[in-house]
Amino acid sequence: MALITCKDLAVGYDGEAVAAGLTFSVSAGDYLCIVGENGSGKSTLIRTLLHLQQPVSGEITLGDGLAPTEIGYLPQQSSIQKDFPASVREIVLSGCQGRKGIRPFYNAAERELANQTMEKLGILQFSKRCFPELSGGQQQRVLLARALCATRKVLLMDEPTAGLDPKVTADLYSLIDGLHREGITIIMISHDIAAAVRYASHILHIGRTVFFGTTERYRVSGVGRSFLVQEQASGSAEDDNG
Amino acid sequence: MAEGFARIFQYLQYPFVRYAMIVGILIALCSSLLGVTLVLKRFSFIGDGLSHVAFGAMAVASVLKMTNQTILVLPVTVICAVLLLRSGQNARIKGDAAIAMISVGALAFGYLLMNVWPVSSNISGDVCSTLFGSTSILTLQLSDVWLCVILSVIVVFLFLFFYNRIFDVTFDENFARSTGTRVERYHLLIAVIIAVIIVLAMNLVGSLLISALVIFPALSAMRIFHSFKSVTVCSAVLSVTGALIGLLFSIAAATPVGSTIVAVDVLIFAVCTILGSVFFRHA
Ligand SMILES: Nc1ncnc2c1ncn2[C@@H]1O[C@H](COP(=O)(O)OP(=O)(O)OP(=O)(O)O)[C@@H](O)[C@H]1O
Ligand SMILES: [Mg+2]
Repeated sequence: MALITCKDLAVGYDGEAVAAGLTFSVSAGDYLCIVGENGSGKSTLIRTLLHLQQPVSGEITLGDGLAPTEIGYLPQQSSIQKDFPASVREIVLSGCQGRKGIRPFYNAAERELANQTMEKLGILQFSKRCFPELSGGQQQRVLLARALCATRKVLLMDEPTAGLDPKVTADLYSLIDGLHREGITIIMISHDIAAAVRYASHILHIGRTVFFGTTERYRVSGVGRSFLVQEQASGSAEDDNG
Repeated sequence: MAEGFARIFQYLQYPFVRYAMIVGILIALCSSLLGVTLVLKRFSFIGDGLSHVAFGAMAVASVLKMTNQTILVLPVTVICAVLLLRSGQNARIKGDAAIAMISVGALAFGYLLMNVWPVSSNISGDVCSTLFGSTSILTLQLSDVWLCVILSVIVVFLFLFFYNRIFDVTFDENFARSTGTRVERYHLLIAVIIAVIIVLAMNLVGSLLISALVIFPALSAMRIFHSFKSVTVCSAVLSVTGALIGLLFSIAAATPVGSTIVAVDVLIFAVCTILGSVFFRHA
């Protein structure tokens, strides 16, 4: 049985679908990239998968003993205020909230988990720093560490590389690839179609036509081919401008 | 100066002054705890609105000649806190407008009541002391002190018990939701605690100055410290210190209690801003 199965899912706001006809499943060990144009409903889908909002129609089933709170979430734009006084350690620890349950304070095992995760993502040296003072790439790694503390199974990431420079982007991709190799299932929204087809095992394309299948099939499919060409063309156009 | 100290010692002999000190310190402690949450979330608006609601309820209580006004003021303020939060959650109706409506309405209604059924000949004095606290803290009964002690203990306990959840909910609502935190419940908890704090603080500084008591210590601490825990601890310390200095000064110099405490808090904020920009640039 798959971890997450969606059947004819429609997602949107106030009963109006922004994306419909989504049928796909994610099995343990998959690396799913969700692609599509701005406003096609990718973030809305992710929020629906996390039960942050209700589906318009269709159903989501979780399998393999996956609890809804066992999904690590990396938001697209966090609603975090500019001058919020929070240290990196406090934020990473807050990922352990689901494990902690009703207990008021974190125990030694949870602190250790936070430490190990920070070490793994190379942010242990910032652990006492104030979050808003970090660079975008560092912040992204902190939020990734928090998501990792929340799950051992599935990571759901909404454009983790948005706004990062090519070097940091590449680092983050290889970091995520490493996590995937360790057995964590990855679901990621990305506008970086080249990286998507390079790393992902499956692609979900949202838009006028919905595609779901393995990356190999996406490359040769009609929608995949046209999107790949389009993105490459606009990518080089942006390069010319910049 | 020496005369001032003599006065403080002389006054400390009186039980009502000691009550005022105890109550003042407890209120300062409680009001500082949720400061960061209030400053960074739109709850600060709710806090301000609720203080006006508390003023209106207080006016009703004094017209009814109730001996213990808190019995009326506390439930009314808590209910309004819950209602305001409900209206704010519905994204289609702007919560801010509802808050403004209720708070200004309560203010006008309270003043109207106090004028139509005056309790004493000095209406503007009554209104002034409800708004600015003036001397009411020095007229506390033992029952008021006990009520304050019990409520403070509850507030501090709830805050400590839910400290990590409050951090989560304040820092990133969506993530908290995704880890299974019932965010709405904690918002409700925060709103109720705010309502309790406001009613308590009414005695100390009056309804107009409550926001200052809640917000200044947190803002001061945020100038110096950059983690949630240290900011919370520091603002509690600053708030208690400010209340203590303010109370003693107001006794020595015979100034109004509430505005003296707030003035001390403003001074502390100025000092922290300077300290923060000189010494703690990248702490
Ligand atoms: N809170 C909201 N209420 C109503 N409509 C919304 C809301 N948030 C987003 N939408 C609409 O839903 C559609 C999908 O938005 P969504 O954020 O899911 O797009 P996306 O695919 O993630 O785009 P991007 O690539 O820009 O992140 C958009 O047309 C948007 O205007
Ligand atoms: Mg999006």
